[in-house]
Amino acid sequence: MAGAEKIRARAVGSQPQAAAKAQPAEPLPGVPLIFEESAAGRGGADFPPRAAGQPHGAEILGAELCRDDIAGFPELSEPQVMRHFLRLSQLNFGQALHFYPLGSCTMKYNPVLNDEAAALAGFAALHPTTPAHLAQGALELMARLEAALAEITGMDAVSLHPAAGAQGELTGLLIARAWHRKRAAPRRKVIIPDTAHGTNPASCTLAGFEVVVARSNKRGFLEAAEIRRLLSDDVAALMVTNPNTLGIFEPEIAEIADALHERGALLYLDGANMNALMGVAKPGAMGADIVQLNLHKTFSTPHGGGGPGAGPVGVKRHLEPFLPIPRVRRESGGWRFDYERPDSIGRLRAFHGNFGMLVRAYAYILALGGDGLAEASRLAILASNYLRTRLEPRYPSATAEPTMHECVHTHDLEKRSGVSTLDIAKRLLDFGIHPPTIYFPLVVHGAMMVEPTETEPRSALDAFAAAMEKIYNEALSEPEMLHTAPHKLALSRVDEAHAARHPVLRWQPKRG
Amino acid sequence: MRFFAHTEDDVRAMLDTIGARSLEELIEHVPAAMRRSAAINLASGMSEAEVAATLGALAARNPGAEGFASFLGFGMYRHYVPAAVRAITARAEFATSYTPYQPEASQGTLAAIFEFQTLITQLTGLEVANASMYDGAEAAAEAVLMAHRTAPKRTRVAMSRALWPDYRATIRTYLSAFEDIEIVELPFDANSGVTDAAALQHAADARLLCAVIGYPNAFGVVEPLGRLAAVAHDADALAISVTAEPLALGLLKSPGQLGADIAVGEGQSFGIAPQFGGPGVGFMAARAAHMRQMPGRLVGETRDRLGQRAWCLTLATREQHIRRERATSNICTNHSLCALAATVYLAIMGRRGLRELAARNVELAHRALAALAKVGIRARFSAPFFNEFVAAVDDSSAALARAERAGILAGVALDGYWPELRTPDGAGALLVSVTEMNHDDEFGRLAAALLGGR
Repeated sequence: MAGAEKIRARAVGSQPQAAAKAQPAEPLPGVPLIFEESAAGRGGADFPPRAAGQPHGAEILGAELCRDDIAGFPELSEPQVMRHFLRLSQLNFGQALHFYPLGSCTMKYNPVLNDEAAALAGFAALHPTTPAHLAQGALELMARLEAALAEITGMDAVSLHPAAGAQGELTGLLIARAWHRKRAAPRRKVIIPDTAHGTNPASCTLAGFEVVVARSNKRGFLEAAEIRRLLSDDVAALMVTNPNTLGIFEPEIAEIADALHERGALLYLDGANMNALMGVAKPGAMGADIVQLNLHKTFSTPHGGGGPGAGPVGVKRHLEPFLPIPRVRRESGGWRFDYERPDSIGRLRAFHGNFGMLVRAYAYILALGGDGLAEASRLAILASNYLRTRLEPRYPSATAEPTMHECVHTHDLEKRSGVSTLDIAKRLLDFGIHPPTIYFPLVVHGAMMVEPTETEPRSALDAFAAAMEKIYNEALSEPEMLHTAPHKLALSRVDEAHAARHPVLRWQPKRG
Repeated sequence: MRFFAHTEDDVRAMLDTIGARSLEELIEHVPAAMRRSAAINLASGMSEAEVAATLGALAARNPGAEGFASFLGFGMYRHYVPAAVRAITARAEFATSYTPYQPEASQGTLAAIFEFQTLITQLTGLEVANASMYDGAEAAAEAVLMAHRTAPKRTRVAMSRALWPDYRATIRTYLSAFEDIEIVELPFDANSGVTDAAALQHAADARLLCAVIGYPNAFGVVEPLGRLAAVAHDADALAISVTAEPLALGLLKSPGQLGADIAVGEGQSFGIAPQFGGPGVGFMAARAAHMRQMPGRLVGETRDRLGQRAWCLTLATREQHIRRERATSNICTNHSLCALAATVYLAIMGRRGLRELAARNVELAHRALAALAKVGIRARFSAPFFNEFVAAVDDSSAALARAERAGILAGVALDGYWPELRTPDGAGALLVSVTEMNHDDEFGRLAAALLGGR
C-alpha cells in the first residue's frame, strides 16, 4: 500500500502552482483504482477445500467454452478492498452528513431502521420465484403499500412494478396509449409544459408520442386557456408536474383537468413533487387519471448515489385493467400474483418490482402515519418559504407566486461581477453544503432550485442562508476566487468539458 | 415526530420571518375543495420499535426465505454476499448521496462507477459499459432500442425463445410503440436446448436488426453464441447477448470474444440479495463505435483545474435532461448503489476468485444432476449448462409439492411458460438451479423427493 499512500498524499497536498503545469496527457493520479492496487496472486475470497477426485468446472465445460483469464481483473486482499472503498466514501457528500437542498430530488432523511428492515432475512433472502403461500408476508406488504399510496394520492389502484420514476412515466404513458387504443381512437400527441423535467419528453418519445410544448405564463404557471388552445382530438394526455418545477402549485389544474376530459384526453400528473402534497391536495382530487411517484423522494428510500429507486403508478378505475403485470390479488387461500390481465400493457422489468425499496417506503409510511405525512409536507413548505424569505434580498425568487416545497432563485452576479451560478454552486461545497439543482428549470436564467425538505433543522437552513449571503459578498469583492472554487475539497474544479472531448470510460493498463 | 427537528418555537420564528400566522396560511392558495379532501386516512404514526415489530412480523410470514434447501434460480440467484459488500453499501456517504452532478463532491461514487464500467467491459470483452440499468430485462430492451438507433431502417428483431419470459415480455413492452418493428421468436432445439440457428438464418435478411440470445439461456444452457452471432453478422445485423447469471462470465468465453456487439444482463449475482425480485442491477456493454448511442449515465476520466485525475458524468448530450425528447433514453435515476455492491463484490472475488466460484457452481450443478440421474431423472437438454439445468419430471407441480413437504424448494416449473416443453405424454420440465449455497447432501434428498411419486 506504500505506493498508493504516496500517490494519494501527493494528490491531496499538491501545490496549486506546480500542479497546474502538469501535462494534460499525464494528469496526477488522485485516487488509485482497484486495478492499480492489484498484484498477481492476491485475492479477497477463500474457498472451502475441493471435493477429492471431482473434475474442475473448466474441465466439465471444456476449453472450447471457457476463457483462460479475465484480463485486467483486480487482485486485492479483503482489507485493501475495504480501505479503498472507505476512502472513496470519504470523497462523497451525502444527505446524512451534509445539507443537500438539491431541488426536485427531495433529499430528506432516510430512516436507518428502514435499511435494517429491508435486510431482514425474511425479505432479503426471499427468492422471487418462491411459491406464493411461502411469501404471504411479502405479498401482504405490497398490498398494504399499494393501498396506502392509493389513499395518499387519491387514486383507485396502484402498481408497484416500475423500477424508477422515469420507468413509472413510461408505464403511465403506455397506459394512456393503451386506453385510447382500446377505445379505438388512438392519439399521437402529449402536451408537456416548458417547465417539465427532461424525463417527461424522453418518456413520451419512448411511448410513441409526439411532444407538444405548452408555454407557462409570465407568472410561472400553466393556464387552462393555453391547454385549450393546444387541445385537439389527437392529444392523448397532458403530462404535468404539480407543484411545477418552479415550486408553484398549478392554480388552474382543476379547470385544466376538465378541459382535457371534455376532449377525451387524460391528465397525467408527474408526482416527482409529491412531497409538497401529502395531506394538502390529492392528485386524484385534481382530476388526475394517472400519477407516478418516486419512492426515493417523498417516501425516503435512500438515493444511493443515483438509485435504486422505485416509481409506482396510480390510476383511476377506468385505467386499472391496463396496469403492468403481475397484480397482487387476495383470494380465499391468501395473497397471490395475478398474470391473467388481457388489457395490461405487459411488464417493463423482470419479477415484481424493487421490493427492497418497497419495504423501506412502507416502513416510512408506518412511522409517520397519515397525520405525520401531512405534517411532513407542511414542514417542507415551511422550510422552503423560510429559505425563500432569507435568500430573496440577494437572490430573487424566479416567481412572485406562493412557494410550495421548493423555490427557484436567480441572481444578478453574472452582470455585476461575472460570477455564474456554477461558481456559486462550487463555492457552496467549501461550506460543506451540497448545491441546489442548477440551471433548471430551463425557463429561468441561471436558476438555483432549492428544496430544503422537512427534516433539516432550522440551524442548517440558517447556515445555508448565511453561506449564500457570504458568497454573494465574495462574488463582488473577489470573483476570481469563486471562478476557481471549490478550494477546501480533495479536488479542485473538475474539467467536465475535457471528459466529453476525450472520452475515457474505462481503466486500461498503461502501455509499454 | 422523531424525523422532524423543528420545535414549536422554531416553527413560530420561521413563520414570523416569512410573515405568516400559521402553517395553513402557507397553503391557502391551494383550492379549498382539494384541501378539504386531502386528509390521509391511515393509522397514526408508530414508534421505531412498533415499526420494527410490524415489519418483523411480515418478514416472519415468508417461510420460503429460509429453512428450505433451495434450488430456485431462473434469473435471480442465491449467492453468498461477503460482509464487505454490506459494510460498504451501508455507508451513508454512498447510500444517501444522489446522482453525481457535482463531481467535486461525488468522487467516491464516480470512481466506483468508473470501476464498475471497467469491470463490466473486462467481463463482457467489450469496450464501453454504462453506469447501470434497472435490471437485466430492461437492459435487454434498451439494447434492442440502441441497436435500432444504429440502424433505423432495419425493422426485424430476432429474439430467442430460450430467453426468460419476463425478458421477452419486457422487450415487447419497450418496443410496443415502435410499430414498424417486427419481433420474430426463434425456437430452440427440443433436444439440445440451444437456439435454432436455421431459424435465425431464415430471418437473416436485409431487414434483420439484431439477434437477441441468452448466454447462458433461460435453461442454463451455454448457447453457441459465436455461431449465432456469425449468422447475424452475415446479414450485417447486430448480435446481442443477454446474461442473467453473470457469474458464468467468470468462466465462459466473453460475449465480445464470441462476436456479441452488445452484451447486457442482470448483475444481481454479484453481491445483491434476491429481495423478492429487486432491486438488482442491469448492465450494458458495447463496442466503442456505439458509445454515443448508449442509454443512461456514463462516467469518464478527466482532471481537475490543478491537473489531478478526476471523474465526472460525461457525454450528457445523449441524455434526457439535455436532449429531452431526442434523448437516447429516459433514464435518470439508475441502480447506482447496486452497481457499487457489484463493484465491491468483484473486487473481493478478484481475477482468480470469480473464476473459481464459477467453476464450483458448474461442478455442484453437475453433481446435482448426477444425483438425479442415479434415480433415473434425466436432463431434458443435451447441450452444456452452467449452474442450472432442466430436469424431466413426470408432473412438475406434483414434484414441487412433494419436494416442499420434504423441506426443499426444488426449482421452477417451466412447462407453464413454454407449452412446447410438455411432451406428448404430459411430462413436465423443472429448472433446477445450483449455487455454492447448496451442499452435496441436498442432492440426494432432492432426487428422492422428485422421484417420490413414481
